[in-house]
Amino acid sequence: MDMPTGDQFKQQNKVRNKKYTDYVELVSPKQTTWKSLLNAFWIGGVICLLGQVLFDLAKILFSLSDDIAQTIALIALIFITALLTGIGVFDKIAYYGGGGSFLPITGFANAISSAAIEFKSEGIIFGLSSKFYTIAGPVIVNGILSSFIVGLIYYIIGLF
Amino acid sequence: METFLMYIKVFIIGGLLCVLAEILIIKTKLTSARILVIFLIVGVILEAIGVFKYLKEFAGAGFTVPIIGFGSSLAKGAIEAVNKEGFLGMFSGGIFKTAAGLGAVTVFSYLSALIFSPKSK
Repeated sequence: MDMPTGDQFKQQNKVRNKKYTDYVELVSPKQTTWKSLLNAFWIGGVICLLGQVLFDLAKILFSLSDDIAQTIALIALIFITALLTGIGVFDKIAYYGGGGSFLPITGFANAISSAAIEFKSEGIIFGLSSKFYTIAGPVIVNGILSSFIVGLIYYIIGLF
Repeated sequence: METFLMYIKVFIIGGLLCVLAEILIIKTKLTSARILVIFLIVGVILEAIGVFKYLKEFAGAGFTVPIIGFGSSLAKGAIEAVNKEGFLGMFSGGIFKTAAGLGAVTVFSYLSALIFSPKSK
């Protein structure tokens, strides 16, 4: 039997990979799309609603301005998420909620606290601290960069 | 009554945005960090063109709790700081405005990691 040459080998590889992906697709469990969309909808909705209730409470109880009340509401949501991640409840919410728990600020907080908890075993400095922003890092970096760009545009507009 | 109507709007808008994220997860297989960055930048743009404050008036936390609210705060901070302090504002503004949230997420996550251990799945 001839050994396949480079191109033939690549071709065979491609066919085999295709077969494999199809197989994986076939045997991996499928949550029905509609159900996962519905779960994302109500869990996301409830989280946002909780944010609004916290906002109203902060505003009425402590008579704060909108901006500060909004920050307080977000901090409260972050606190709840860090706690729920720690006791292992957030994983279950995320499993059902998908995009619903992941798009709100809870997903951002969960990305950080779960990385921190997971890498604690590798040490406080080189584990916990250095892996802290592994998943959330792109959000912070791109966020700061894009806010700089917006600032730059407004600065240039302001010159004229 | 007005509060009740607001809560309904918050629930529906927040839910729909999350459905959009879920559709992106299912259909495009983008990694979660990418989807967060996409929504973040949408928020930055909405704030930069001045649309976000109307959205916030309409559905409050329905827009501010999803990550686009974080993007909006970043852009808003940069704009305010540039108007107030000029040149330096474009570096400091975004971070300044979101500092409380970033500080909170760092402190609470750190404490959570010190107190709790990984759960076996």
